[in-house]
Amino acid sequence: MLEARDVSFGYPGTKRLLYEGFDLLIGAEERVALGAPSGFGKTTLCRILAGYERPLAGEVLVDGAPLPKRGACPVQLILQHPEAAVDPRMRMEKTLAEAGEVSERLLDELGIRRAWLRRFPHELSGGELQRFCIARALAANPRYLVADEMSTMLDAVTQAQIWRFLVAETERCGIGLVFVSHSPALTERIATRVVDLAGVS
Amino acid sequence: MAEQEHGRAHEATRHQNAQVHHHHRHAPVSRHEHGHHLLQVEDLSVSFRMYEEGAPFFKARQREVEMIEALSISVHAGEIVAVVGASGSGKTLLADTILGLFEPNATVRGRVWFDGEPMDAAALQRVRGHGISLVPQSVNHLDPLMKVGRQVEGFAHPDEPRRARRRRRERLFARYGLAEHVARRYPHELSGGMARRVLLCCALMDDPRVIVADEPTPGLDLDLAVRALDDFRSFADEGNGVLLITHDIELALRVADRVAVFKDGTVVEETAVASFASPDLLEHPFSRALWHALPEHGFLPGSPLDADGAVQLPGRSSLHCGARLVDDVSRVELQGGNGAGATCPNASEPSQGVGRREVRDRNADEGAGKGGSRA
Repeated sequence: MLEARDVSFGYPGTKRLLYEGFDLLIGAEERVALGAPSGFGKTTLCRILAGYERPLAGEVLVDGAPLPKRGACPVQLILQHPEAAVDPRMRMEKTLAEAGEVSERLLDELGIRRAWLRRFPHELSGGELQRFCIARALAANPRYLVADEMSTMLDAVTQAQIWRFLVAETERCGIGLVFVSHSPALTERIATRVVDLAGVS
Repeated sequence: MAEQEHGRAHEATRHQNAQVHHHHRHAPVSRHEHGHHLLQVEDLSVSFRMYEEGAPFFKARQREVEMIEALSISVHAGEIVAVVGASGSGKTLLADTILGLFEPNATVRGRVWFDGEPMDAAALQRVRGHGISLVPQSVNHLDPLMKVGRQVEGFAHPDEPRRARRRRRERLFARYGLAEHVARRYPHELSGGMARRVLLCCALMDDPRVIVADEPTPGLDLDLAVRALDDFRSFADEGNGVLLITHDIELALRVADRVAVFKDGTVVEETAVASFASPDLLEHPFSRALWHALPEHGFLPGSPLDADGAVQLPGRSSLHCGARLVDDVSRVELQGGNGAGATCPNASEPSQGVGRREVRDRNADEGAGKGGSRA
């Protein structure tokens, strides 16, 4: 279980709390879509779940334990903007190595060409970068994967490829999936449950 | 003289939907004002000088990597052309080229006309933000150290004082549901969707003739995305042109008049929107693969796959539009052949590689910053 318990969050310097006493429970076999209007705080929630932001009150638990302070986080986040998620001065092979060993199979499934490994991030397109970010997140052996609009950078064919692969992979490894998408058709395809944040809090 | 008369006759022509005419299809709204396309790109190729990948460090030679090859595309007055296609096929590169933004190691060849004028690199730079505006793909194009309101307002002109620009900015913000206090925030304080709307406002500030929108909708919820696209529609209806680069085919089909399908650095099919009603009307296998891959049509990950996960193509289609409406004599090469003359005039621009998303984009108000991602 990935659990957000009684979470409150607001950015420093602002009076407004984005979340107050917010609860969310996600099972390892679920694929949960988060829905809310733009600017509501979907990305913020994703960041809280993956430990990028610490809630002002409440906690995020994975199987009853809080997120570890060291080592790879069991909740991995795939960011909305891949160009902001990689070190611009590192070649892609080093970026991938951040998560440890990445299997050849993973690279093949995500359609990462070996020639890209020697390149710097600015030499790749947004969609190509995003594949690296997905590979890196999966290589960290997460229990849960949080995908914040990860496929908007991809063309329809690649989007279908990558989502199919991701659904198969999360089912095979028992990884729970939380994702944000603005495409109702995609949500319909992928999600086992839709959480409307605007309705919840 | 004959040419001019031909032009006038042409202007009067009304196109049928999906009518094939000088090698590309037209939508009913396609018109050739003054006998030319609003924006025409012909035979464009862009290559990068790179070191051989995989060679030992000191032995690596440089080689040219072609990213865009023999690409032709045109935007008529009053029309939205959607560019859809494989990621990494050079769509953002096309946008950068039209805006006259070249990487220092790029060699760009080809011909571009804007409103009938042949353009070279310097001319493209001149009209950047004052005729052709960009809605960039990456939100990194915003200056991280400048409040967004100020960025959108940009610089006052003698004929448009600061206050007028502020009012204009306020109207745009109100239209896109950005509260007034957002103007006093820095880019990192905005959500992805808000930053996207700010970029949109930047592009609309300066009354451009052509907007090149590079994925303007990710991060926007459906309502806002539709509103943004409707704005492009009304912008086009006023006799302007939009080149809409997007992955969201559903949304693109709602507003676009024509669709250009991009694959491996060239346009494999330029077709009317109507053709996307059924895969049988699409001519190229990649267009059909795209159709089948849509979440509402089967979500198929494309059948003929090669080892790289890309769809195999039986060779380039003969469908690109090679017609020229402008006299051949007046052609101006964007850039000379290969070699010394081939480096871009603005190659001296600082940058490359690393800390690229920083503060250089002082002209973000023109919606024409440079940085971020490439394709």
